[in-house]
Amino acid sequence: MMTALELDRVSRDFTSPDGRVYRALDDISLSVPAGAFVAIVGPSGCGKSTLLNVVAGLLPPTSGSVRVAGESLEGLNRHATYLFQQDALLPWKTVRDNVALGLALGGARRADAQAQADAWIARVGLAGFASHYPAQLSGGMRKRVAMAQNWILDRGIVLMDEPFSALDVHTRQRMETELLALWEGRAADGRSDAQRKTIVFVTHDLEEAIALADAVIILSAGPAARVVAQHHVGLERPRDLLELRTQAPFVDLYRGIWAVLREEVIKSQRGAV
Amino acid sequence: MNDARSSDRAPGSRSAPARTAPVVGRASVLASQIAVGAALLAVWQTLVSLKILDAFFVSRPSDIVQRVARWMASGTLWGHLAVTLEESLLGLIVGAALGISLGFALARSPFLARVFDPYIKMLNAVPRVVLAPLFLLWFGLGIWSKVALAVTLVFFVMFFNTFQGVRDADRVLIDNVRMLGATERQLVRHVLVPSALTWIFSSLQTSLGFAMVGAVVGEYLGATRGLGYVISQAEGTFDTTGVFAGMTVLGIVVVIVSAAVTRLERWLLRWKTE
Repeated sequence: MMTALELDRVSRDFTSPDGRVYRALDDISLSVPAGAFVAIVGPSGCGKSTLLNVVAGLLPPTSGSVRVAGESLEGLNRHATYLFQQDALLPWKTVRDNVALGLALGGARRADAQAQADAWIARVGLAGFASHYPAQLSGGMRKRVAMAQNWILDRGIVLMDEPFSALDVHTRQRMETELLALWEGRAADGRSDAQRKTIVFVTHDLEEAIALADAVIILSAGPAARVVAQHHVGLERPRDLLELRTQAPFVDLYRGIWAVLREEVIKSQRGAV
Repeated sequence: MNDARSSDRAPGSRSAPARTAPVVGRASVLASQIAVGAALLAVWQTLVSLKILDAFFVSRPSDIVQRVARWMASGTLWGHLAVTLEESLLGLIVGAALGISLGFALARSPFLARVFDPYIKMLNAVPRVVLAPLFLLWFGLGIWSKVALAVTLVFFVMFFNTFQGVRDADRVLIDNVRMLGATERQLVRHVLVPSALTWIFSSLQTSLGFAMVGAVVGEYLGATRGLGYVISQAEGTFDTTGVFAGMTVLGIVVVIVSAAVTRLERWLLRWKTE
């Protein structure tokens, strides 16, 4: 299987205003196969977002290297889109213009970009909201718009930073289900598995990670986060997220991985006190 | 993580309190506003009629209304008013152009921002009235000395708001647009300019007020036309009715213009809440 993403001994330091160096990521190596759904889990403040920013090319690593589709990453990662934890829609653009933004920036003709945007807006269930502004939408609807804004560019890698953490439980579960449908291509265009996007999904919620991903990577408590463990999630797809969490294979996996993650959560809490 | 936004609200619910309040109160607010004004005028008129106040010093509302009506009928008012509005508008445009471009330049260059910081603070601290004689000397008695005075006021409002607006542009919006493929120029156009514009539009009210203050003060200190000139002429002959009439016209114009600006602002920032 092709490797979509490879991190080789990546470290990242930050320098505080008083000159002290803080190491966020320490010597992280991992590889993500093309078309895989990988979740990165760790206690709060362990540097998960920093890791994603490094992969996105928004932050250069202090040492080590990132390879994307076999090539060394310089500057922004043009093979990836990024779904941020916070609201990242432009508040002064309508839903349609927000979704079409990536195409417009790439020089697409306005009519083409808008037509494609409308198709994506319908696909994420927001037909009829194309002319609304983000402030007029609920949190869940804004996330759908953000997903359409990302997926319309059809890049191979999708980075997601706790995208659903600000949503209530039910909205969140619906969004997770829709994300999987989108990724598996069940929704409309009948893509084969080979063309699936590679997803790197950061979360602090182990349940969410196991429910969605093919593999769960555990980061240690910060500072100087390392990869503690990698677990394969062999649950069958398509998955029924409403039932999955109470079934035996899921529960077993959860127990096994939680035993590892628990240590790190305790460490991070001790550090915080 | 961000609990403030955690719930999946119904569309538009966040603006609900702001939307319902004016609907309930609009008519009664307007009625009360008129009542307050009428009461003040009545007290004023009565105090003068009872000779508790001397009409020589404070004039009286009925005289002021008559004077304004006479100015309007004879047509002298419109010429002066047009000059004052022209100066204000020019001051606003020039001040905004200078303030916005410098604000943008300094916000994009931390080095320049630090170099210019003390000078901008110094200049902003200069009382504008002391500049008026200089401007009269440099630009003459015509409109340009007043425009210059208005510019010195508008410039700083625009400058500070642009600077803040660009500096405060949301980091996440910038990162998102860059990830979506924006070049540096597209970043400026799609994120930084709109972000600054929200600040600039919100300060339009203040800027316009300042522009008019600059124009009128300039006229007051030396001019041959304009509302400020009318007021200063009246003062020169102890014509308090003329002074109050000038102030009244100015006040009414400001209320009308600011209502127009409010509508413009609401339209320009329509994406904020609805």
